[in-house]
Amino acid sequence: MPGAGVLPMPVDNYLLLSLALFAVGVVGVLTRRNVIVMLMSIELILNAVNINLVAFSRYWGSVDGQIFAIFIITDAAAEAAVALGIILAFFRNRETVLADEMDMLKW
Amino acid sequence: MTGSAASPITSVLFYIFALMAVASAVLMVTRRNIIHSAVFLITTLLATAGIFLQLEAEFLFVVQIILYVGGIMVLFVFVIMLVNLDVSLHLIQFNRQKYVAGVLAFVLTAQLLIAFWVGRSSLNLGDARAMDPKNTEAVGQALFQRYMLPFEIASILLLVAMIGAVVMAKRRV
Amino acid sequence: MNHLIPPSILPYVLPVLYGVVIVAVLPLLAGYIVLLERKVMADMQARLGPMRVGPHGLLQPIADALKLLIKEDIIPVKADLFLFWCAPVLSVTMALLAYAAIPFGPAFQIADLNVGLLFILAISSLGIYGIVLGGWASNSHYSLLGALRSAAQLVSYETAAGLALVSALMLAGSLSMKDIVQAQYDQGVWFIFVVPVGFFIYLVGSIAETNRAPFDLPEAESELVAGYMTEYSGFRWALYFLGEYANMVVVASIATTLFLGGWLRPFARYQDHLFGTSVELLDILPTILFLGVAVYSFWLAPKQPVKIQKIVMALVGGLCLVLAVGMAGALFAPDAVRMGVHGAFWFLAKVFTYIYAFLWIRFTFPRYRFDQLMRLGWHFLIPLALVNVVVVGTTIVLQQNWDWRHPMLTAIVTTAIMLGVAAFLGREDKQHQAAVEAPEP
Repeated sequence: MPGAGVLPMPVDNYLLLSLALFAVGVVGVLTRRNVIVMLMSIELILNAVNINLVAFSRYWGSVDGQIFAIFIITDAAAEAAVALGIILAFFRNRETVLADEMDMLKW
Repeated sequence: MTGSAASPITSVLFYIFALMAVASAVLMVTRRNIIHSAVFLITTLLATAGIFLQLEAEFLFVVQIILYVGGIMVLFVFVIMLVNLDVSLHLIQFNRQKYVAGVLAFVLTAQLLIAFWVGRSSLNLGDARAMDPKNTEAVGQALFQRYMLPFEIASILLLVAMIGAVVMAKRRV
Repeated sequence: MNHLIPPSILPYVLPVLYGVVIVAVLPLLAGYIVLLERKVMADMQARLGPMRVGPHGLLQPIADALKLLIKEDIIPVKADLFLFWCAPVLSVTMALLAYAAIPFGPAFQIADLNVGLLFILAISSLGIYGIVLGGWASNSHYSLLGALRSAAQLVSYETAAGLALVSALMLAGSLSMKDIVQAQYDQGVWFIFVVPVGFFIYLVGSIAETNRAPFDLPEAESELVAGYMTEYSGFRWALYFLGEYANMVVVASIATTLFLGGWLRPFARYQDHLFGTSVELLDILPTILFLGVAVYSFWLAPKQPVKIQKIVMALVGGLCLVLAVGMAGALFAPDAVRMGVHGAFWFLAKVFTYIYAFLWIRFTFPRYRFDQLMRLGWHFLIPLALVNVVVVGTTIVLQQNWDWRHPMLTAIVTTAIMLGVAAFLGREDKQHQAAVEAPEP
């Protein structure tokens, strides 16, 4: 029977998993030069947060956490679409996708 | 429905999906070839979907696969194919601030771990409550009753993003 | 038997068995659908088709499979080996994975998921990666172009097909595939008669989803060589092909479950019994059908030119007789067996009718150009599907609140509004075409 007040395993496991993915995502964003990989690391961070939300939604037995996760997925889609559009436009002008070389506004 | 919520198979599944997620994530941020990174992100997202299913969030499981893996990652793969330069395979992949970034990430993780350790006692198993077995219906009702306003705002956000993406990616005619 | 298997494993035994059966049978089935296609194509083109390998070409798929297995495995220079290996495997895996949620009968289903329909849609959207990654990994222009075109086509028509399924879903009230068939039983009508427009949109969408003609530009031989499959040879190509035909059976199964009543026989609620026995009158239809085919085979057998063909025809007739007896015998068996056997029969009959429609359409219509294809998907099918959802929803609410109970009402109202919308969209399209093809000033 699903639920009935018994979790299959402690919430801690899900939180630790979420923390691990978050850490890997942060390292990816801060360390890679390629802008597309940075974007993918951001998606990874958003996913880690989603796992956290859904784990707590299961813990509290309400569906609010899942609703929040759905909105995060929606936002991730919107952000990915616009960011990739920007990357394409930039690539068409400067032929590069490396963050180091996108420094036209630096003085 | 196979297996009860407390059967050992559920725990084994969690460990399999968790291992798959973390391993794919690490592989993703370290690959030289961007398409390989994208493929490993796809496996991470699929593992996350598995975790959602294991947490009895079945609607989120399919939404994650349809939207994230079947939509967003297809977009990523298309754009990678359009901007892929062969020469980028031989360049340095990690930037100059990688050591500072490593320290920063370590500090962040340590901070979160300490917060987690201190607050562990407040998360008791006995407090867990039962979930509505009809997950999709519950999500639908919550989305259209209590969270109607965020739903409408999200749809406008998607419209704006669609227009923005089209405008940004268009060639000057 | 229950005391031999530990209780934590017991719920998994039957699904695993079903899974093994499906994975074992499906490649063979896909191979024979290829043979069926060649025979139907030949029939429509007034010729005979494969006749050499085995009597009437019945061993052709086996010969093809053997040939593909022993062919040289050519890998292009500088191809991405990891993805080159993964892509066909991904394609086949996704096609086979979708079978987990499809009900072949009231009890023959691997997993009755609460979100079964969405699960199958999700797996279909994963199938795109097999194509895109395969085209990329081949390191060839034709492959990449074909792959990108194919992926764009799949994504466009997936939306339209999904929306068409939503209109049937609203009538059923549940995402579980078994509940959808049950709803068709409870309402006494197959959903194709209630939302015919939804069925039409799903038909067109599923033809495009499986890259079949007239939407097969990405893999047609006269176009981009073979699109994303160009650089694949031998068994890798066989996997792609297998994935495509398995996908055809998947979309046919979805259409059957949602629109054609799944495992229900026609007039499932008509319970008139045969001469006072416990057998329902319409349940003898399968027996009559098989008897008819057997009689036809026996009548054709002496007219075959070659002796081996005579023998095989007689054997086919005998097989049909055995099946007829089996179907009749199942009527007197316990309920589970009867429903299982007859359910499987009707399900397979409907799936094959749908696949025959695919084959028929393939050999009748010319191919769509890519821009025409995208225009059809985005400018015609998606608005049509959206209006369909709104109209069906409104009709359902009207039925519930104003008590308009006639099942044909939805069909009539929907079709009338759809014809109006289609006419409007078609007129707008004609104006655009005229503007596009007008001579430059």
